[in-house]
Amino acid sequence: MKNFLIKGGRLVDPAQGIDGKFDIAMADGKVSWIGAGEPPKNDYTVIDATNLTVTPGFIDLHTHLRQPGFEEKETISTGTAAAARGGFTTICSMPNTNPAVDNRATVDYVKCVASREAVVRVLPIGCISKGRRGETLAELGEMAGAGVIGFSDDGSPVPGARLMKQAMEYAAGLNLPIIDHCEEPSLAEGGQINEGIVATRLGLAGIPNAAEETMIARDIALAKLTGARLHLCHISSKGSIDLIRAAKTGGLKLTAEVTPHHLTLTEERCLGYDTNAKVNPPLRTYADIEALIGALLDGTIDAIATDHAPHTENDKCCEFALAPFGISGLETAFGSLMKLVHSGKMPLPLIVEKLTAGPARVLGNGFETAGSLKVGNPADLVISDPAAEWIVETAKFASKGKNSPLAGEKLKGKVIVTIYNGNIVHEEDIR
Amino acid sequence: MLNETTAAPKTNAWNHRHLLDVDDFTPEEFEIVFSTADAMSEILSRPIKKVPALRGQTVVNLFYENSTRTRASFEIAAKNLSADVLNVTSTASSITKGESLIDTLKTLEALGANIIVMRHNFSGAPYLAAKHSKASIINAGDGWHAHPTQALLDLYTIRKHKGSLAGLKATIVGDVRHSRVAHSNIWGMTKLGMEVTLCGPPTLLPYGLDNPGANFPKVRVENQVEKAVANADVVMALRLQRERQQSGLLPSVREYVERYQITSERLKKAAKDVLVMHPGPVNEDIELATESAYGEKSVINEQVSNGVAIRMAILYLLSGRQGEL
Ligand SMILES: [Zn+2]
Repeated sequence: MKNFLIKGGRLVDPAQGIDGKFDIAMADGKVSWIGAGEPPKNDYTVIDATNLTVTPGFIDLHTHLRQPGFEEKETISTGTAAAARGGFTTICSMPNTNPAVDNRATVDYVKCVASREAVVRVLPIGCISKGRRGETLAELGEMAGAGVIGFSDDGSPVPGARLMKQAMEYAAGLNLPIIDHCEEPSLAEGGQINEGIVATRLGLAGIPNAAEETMIARDIALAKLTGARLHLCHISSKGSIDLIRAAKTGGLKLTAEVTPHHLTLTEERCLGYDTNAKVNPPLRTYADIEALIGALLDGTIDAIATDHAPHTENDKCCEFALAPFGISGLETAFGSLMKLVHSGKMPLPLIVEKLTAGPARVLGNGFETAGSLKVGNPADLVISDPAAEWIVETAKFASKGKNSPLAGEKLKGKVIVTIYNGNIVHEEDIR
Repeated sequence: MLNETTAAPKTNAWNHRHLLDVDDFTPEEFEIVFSTADAMSEILSRPIKKVPALRGQTVVNLFYENSTRTRASFEIAAKNLSADVLNVTSTASSITKGESLIDTLKTLEALGANIIVMRHNFSGAPYLAAKHSKASIINAGDGWHAHPTQALLDLYTIRKHKGSLAGLKATIVGDVRHSRVAHSNIWGMTKLGMEVTLCGPPTLLPYGLDNPGANFPKVRVENQVEKAVANADVVMALRLQRERQQSGLLPSVREYVERYQITSERLKKAAKDVLVMHPGPVNEDIELATESAYGEKSVINEQVSNGVAIRMAILYLLSGRQGEL
């Protein structure tokens, strides 16, 4: 482990209210100094960050690592390498693996593989129901003891309201959030893309906004009833924003996330039957994007999460109806979010906040340190170049999932160096 | 090469390698197809309906979904042009069994397929095929998406009766949401200057037509069938699938008949010389009253024979042989 002195960059750490030209020193894997003059004496490796942005390492609340069971799509090793390339130093792994992470032994397995092979921090999420079947509660208490940060049947909703109520009651007692994939199954059944003009044009069955909104309304009502912490995944529609905003005004323990692709791409990406743009919830309309951006600006949405969902090329190279949902998102997250900065829709510090302090607050329970560069915190840090232009070459992804609708597209904004626990875990060659 | 007495249309403005839909057609391209079909109609009027235009070429009918009518129409068209024809039927279940569409296409290519006529139950499958195939792909109907040769034969039939299509009013009645025929017709009709009114139960009408945008041509939606057919020059009824009732989109077929069937009474509101059309096969006395299906205004049988001419025209245009004329 080296000691680093990062000089001359724009330091943005929303948790501390810092946005300015500061140098930062890291020693023994921890942040040791922030300032403008001489750092405390030490043997530093100096990194020149002139014209670059220095921020806390990003936290992804929603990553699919696919191990165990779908190692051809991704492993903990390749998934965390992709995270490092994307600037993420903490990722929360979704439990829809095979077997599903619905008991202590599987949580232990994920943590064990991660401790050996992961290059960034992996925080497992446990299932809500056994086998994600939506029938009976998984062993939530045991998994809490094994260190999960919350519970989710992501990939699917919990269809029965009664089971969801029981899960919330139980999770509230463990002080862990229920992390919900909101989708009313009967409304979404058979749907391939957003219900609307593009679905009509392509002759594909649609998934209406209301599939998401009716489930959010149900879960808000249940959270009110049970006092549980509720975190809503990958919000995609304007109507959902209205519901969340109203519920938050009512003082509920409610948080929500949005993905980079729902913030930057519309349903029209599916024209030509590009299965790489097939994602659940589906890409929606420009009006929805505007509402999502508004919700980040006013705090209705707490975090940006990738919903990184890697699939093999074979999985996606087929008829649109047969292709699985999902976008490999870790490595393009920052670059695509910078579109919002360059177009003047969102300031850079707010984007950083939604990738660092925001998700850290959602995690709570002592994980807040992951979202800030306070002196004494773990040295998880990202150096990025907001002006660097690059072409998305999926062949170069560290992720096994090359499924990106951005393939071949030029992005402006790139992660240059990622430091996790005081070690460089990613460094761009073209520096 | 067709025959010295047949005036061959100018085809140098034709540059489609595949026929996937008509949404990217220019009015000139429609006209190329129509005038080529005129030449084919002339061939079809001869005692020996066979020319050597596609001799040595192989046309494969790759049908993942049953359709005796469309398959037969393509087969006759290809044989009239002296092509070798291979019929391959498959089912959607063979896809899930691991034989992918792309694998099948590679096999057909190895067997020497020049043109693959493809019917598929999944929307967009012909686009996938076109991306991965050296042969020309003709979309013979994909999911709920498009059925370009049906639209072309419908438009050709209207053109034969009315001369020009510009300014005509068409009304399409029925299950527009799930109708690939309707979708391709909406593109073709509006491109050629027709006004299109859609009518049917709200649960069977397409989404998003109220949205502005260049995604789909502007069309009018009218809930009441009497108003929808008023002054129409063309009334096209669509086939009603029985499963629409089972999936909760319709209360009952009886109610559909009462509210949306094209009857001679309702046709009185249309233009005097209205054409009654249907992509077939007709569910008699459901979408069309028998007297309108076979009445003097019906051109349903003409649609079928024009289908052969249109498909001959498309095969001919895609064969790359027109340069030899
Ligand atoms: Zn999800």
